[in-house]
Amino acid sequence: MNRYPLWKYLIVLAAVLIGVLYTLPNLYGESPAVQIAGAKTAIKVDQNTLARAEQALEQAGLHPTAGSFEMNGPVGTVRLRFDSTDTQLKAKDQLEKTLNPDPQNPDYTIALNLMSASPNWLTALGAHPMYLGLDLRGGVHFLLQVDMQGALTSRYDSMAGEARTTLRDAKIKNEDVERNQQSVRATFATEADRDAAIDTLRRAMPEMVFTPGQSGDQWLVDGTLSPAAITQVQDNALKQNIQTLHNRINELGVAEPVIQQQGADRIVVQLPGVQDVAKAKDILGRTATLEIHMVDDSPTATAALASGRVPFGLQRYDDRDGRPLLLRRQVILTGENLQDAQPGRDQQTQQPTVNLTLDSKGARIFRDVTRDNIGKRMAIVLFENGKGEVVTAPVIRSEIPGGQVQISGSMTAQEAADVALLLRAGSLAAPMHIIEERTIGPSLGAANIKQGFDSTLYGFTAIAIFIILYYHLFGLFSTLGLSFNVLLLLAVLSMLQATLTLPGIAAIALTLGMAIDANVLINERIREELRAGLPPQQAIHLGFDRAWATIFDSNLTSLIVGVALLTFGTGPVRGFAVVHCIGILTSMFSSVVGVRALANLWYGRKRKLKTISIGQVWKPKQD
Amino acid sequence: MEFFRIHRTIPFMRHALILNIISLLTFLAAVFFIATRGFHLSIEFTGGTVMEVHYEQSAPVAEIRTAIDALGYTDFQVQNFGTSQDVMIRLPVHPDEDTAAQSRTVLSALQAQHPDVQLRRVEFVGPQVGQELLHNGLMALLFVVVGIMIYLAVRFEWKLAASCALANLHDVVIILGFFAFFQWEFSLSVLAGVLAVLGYSVNESVVVMDRIRENFRKQRKASVREIINTSITQNISRTVITHGSTQMMVLSMFFFGGPTLHNFSLALTIGIWFGIYSSVFVAAALAMWMGIKREDLVKPIKKDGPEVELG
Repeated sequence: MNRYPLWKYLIVLAAVLIGVLYTLPNLYGESPAVQIAGAKTAIKVDQNTLARAEQALEQAGLHPTAGSFEMNGPVGTVRLRFDSTDTQLKAKDQLEKTLNPDPQNPDYTIALNLMSASPNWLTALGAHPMYLGLDLRGGVHFLLQVDMQGALTSRYDSMAGEARTTLRDAKIKNEDVERNQQSVRATFATEADRDAAIDTLRRAMPEMVFTPGQSGDQWLVDGTLSPAAITQVQDNALKQNIQTLHNRINELGVAEPVIQQQGADRIVVQLPGVQDVAKAKDILGRTATLEIHMVDDSPTATAALASGRVPFGLQRYDDRDGRPLLLRRQVILTGENLQDAQPGRDQQTQQPTVNLTLDSKGARIFRDVTRDNIGKRMAIVLFENGKGEVVTAPVIRSEIPGGQVQISGSMTAQEAADVALLLRAGSLAAPMHIIEERTIGPSLGAANIKQGFDSTLYGFTAIAIFIILYYHLFGLFSTLGLSFNVLLLLAVLSMLQATLTLPGIAAIALTLGMAIDANVLINERIREELRAGLPPQQAIHLGFDRAWATIFDSNLTSLIVGVALLTFGTGPVRGFAVVHCIGILTSMFSSVVGVRALANLWYGRKRKLKTISIGQVWKPKQD
Repeated sequence: MEFFRIHRTIPFMRHALILNIISLLTFLAAVFFIATRGFHLSIEFTGGTVMEVHYEQSAPVAEIRTAIDALGYTDFQVQNFGTSQDVMIRLPVHPDEDTAAQSRTVLSALQAQHPDVQLRRVEFVGPQVGQELLHNGLMALLFVVVGIMIYLAVRFEWKLAASCALANLHDVVIILGFFAFFQWEFSLSVLAGVLAVLGYSVNESVVVMDRIRENFRKQRKASVREIINTSITQNISRTVITHGSTQMMVLSMFFFGGPTLHNFSLALTIGIWFGIYSSVFVAAALAMWMGIKREDLVKPIKKDGPEVELG
């Protein structure tokens, strides 16, 4: 009855093998590296780029220990390893100088990185090491400067729009309302109009200070934000940028980053090593917002466009092929009404697309606009780094309800994915750029890391000794089962490319401490059955069987806890939850299947089994 | 070797009422201290000061740690920054000193060690974790309580479900109460520890509940109180061995794990003991007060089905 068919043993064996294979890369270290990727689609990174980089370094007297080139889909990446972080920094500066002669318009993204040192055959199998967190290994540190003027400018832009609407609603005749550098300026023909406007505006926009003025025969009102409002705008900009960075970095799949405010207008981003830092760097400071405008295709507009004039109320944008278009200034929708953005493909043309889902307000506006403008063209404008570009300007064929919008233009699949990511993560309230990039050492001391690591080892040893003393051979089975559990857990975490931090190691240790529960439940059950006078083979069988129901219930409830933390947790909590959830699954497998396999292998064939080695089984005297 | 040679059932439920009153008082005290004292939050939550210093030679990171430790800081980070000569130091908010004063104190301590150290930059840094952590934490707690209740209500019965969830909540609040009362430093790893207890304590309660259900099936004449007592007694050796093992691991982290794991293991130790206590005296006792009956757990046998189940 305690025999497994061969395939069950094979499954356990296969699990052990896979476990070993995927845990192995963690034993090799990491080395400092510089990573080169193309900053534009037109720039191809290939074998020649590697040769060029190596040559440039040779001239500067810097010697990389290894160089490699890798194609990842259509995108190529060059990586160069160095023996120390000092040479790495020098090499990066040198490459920056050689490859990007014009720093304002860089061709390549050059980033510091840490690379896994595992042998190639393991990497070829897809076995990569876990990322070590900022506390254990350090990583890459970016300091981003937030452009507060930019935040104010865009605030004034929207204030100008608001002032225009307020005056129109109050039916006060005005000649123009525009942002004039860092203020909003409204122009009136008569003094009476202006005075009426000041009253109205002051009531409608209390956060602004309005001052009357006069220039020639025009009557002016200048509105500026009050100092308190300016602080508010800057504060919000910083907060929103931090939030957006969080979203973007989460989207990139970088686990356990540090993102925090530094000083009044800067943000620190730290990423643990061995990530695609060049990609992260490329995404960090990019701004992308979306606006939908109507296209003016009227004969007058077309004529104006041909003569190079831009009529009042219209704006000129180029599309991806460089053809100019005249769009109405009025914005129909912005990224604020966006609920989701996903890359996809057009079903007919197979062209890469970005599929947008609008929120209910956006969907309503979109439906109304498409209904009222059948036959006209609508332009979807993507603003990247402050520059607007028409992605597509399709003719509206019918009313589009439901808020599902598909953007297709001449995009590559990669571009579509990036644009979708940027739109999904939300826009930056103010542009920012990286002003400093460094590698950083681990935030915990070497002694501290060793202590943390050793203590879990001591704990494991203590448990093993105790369990073997208490349950004898079955204790040994349990210990082997626990080791099997660690192996599987590490392997799965490595496959998922999780980030390991010291609290993460503690979570693994704790998972072990809890995983022993399943073994104890089984062993106690077997003893109980023996105590009840059952023959050994039957006791083993029933022990495993009866303990299973309890193990299942208790682990499943723990799993509910894990899933809750996974769903709602952020950052470190999430990391902990991942370990917790996977640990529960691996411990169920290792104790119920793994330990059972061992017990079956040892005892299963012995037909006339008299005793089993599970420690002393005490029986109460019969009353 | 066998620790437990128990001749007769231990009457766990005899003092249940008194213990439940004590539990309630402890719970209320914990809530009171959390509300009035709050937590001594670590740098991850509060932000603080960041200093960048430069050395002429390779920076002695370990010595810097000792120096700052000697100033009475428990919660700081020292790491190499770019080159081996540059070091970044993060200090928590100090109640009496502002950023500038704080950095002067630290710098003079470092200069006492190595006169060649230069200060490159001092700035304020914001917290690493955002406000949403609190909101998400509460959401997670709510989800856990509701999720466990639904699962246990389906697998067992609503009275057991409710008492398990309450016992779980009781444990978590009491650990938090300890941290508020003693003003132990509450870091992200402590948070992780508290969350682990969430899973841990429900585990214990479910094992006890499972036994109670089984015994309801087997012992058809025993009273509810007897069944609860028997179930806990039968489980006692498993309870002690399991938790003893986990506690060994946790104690090892507590004594040898260094400062990072110290408070984490402290939270767990409290959690383990209260987890055992609460599953026996809170979860089981609550189920008893709520009037759990055999019929709640043992489904009535269908008329046309086989007669009795095997005991």
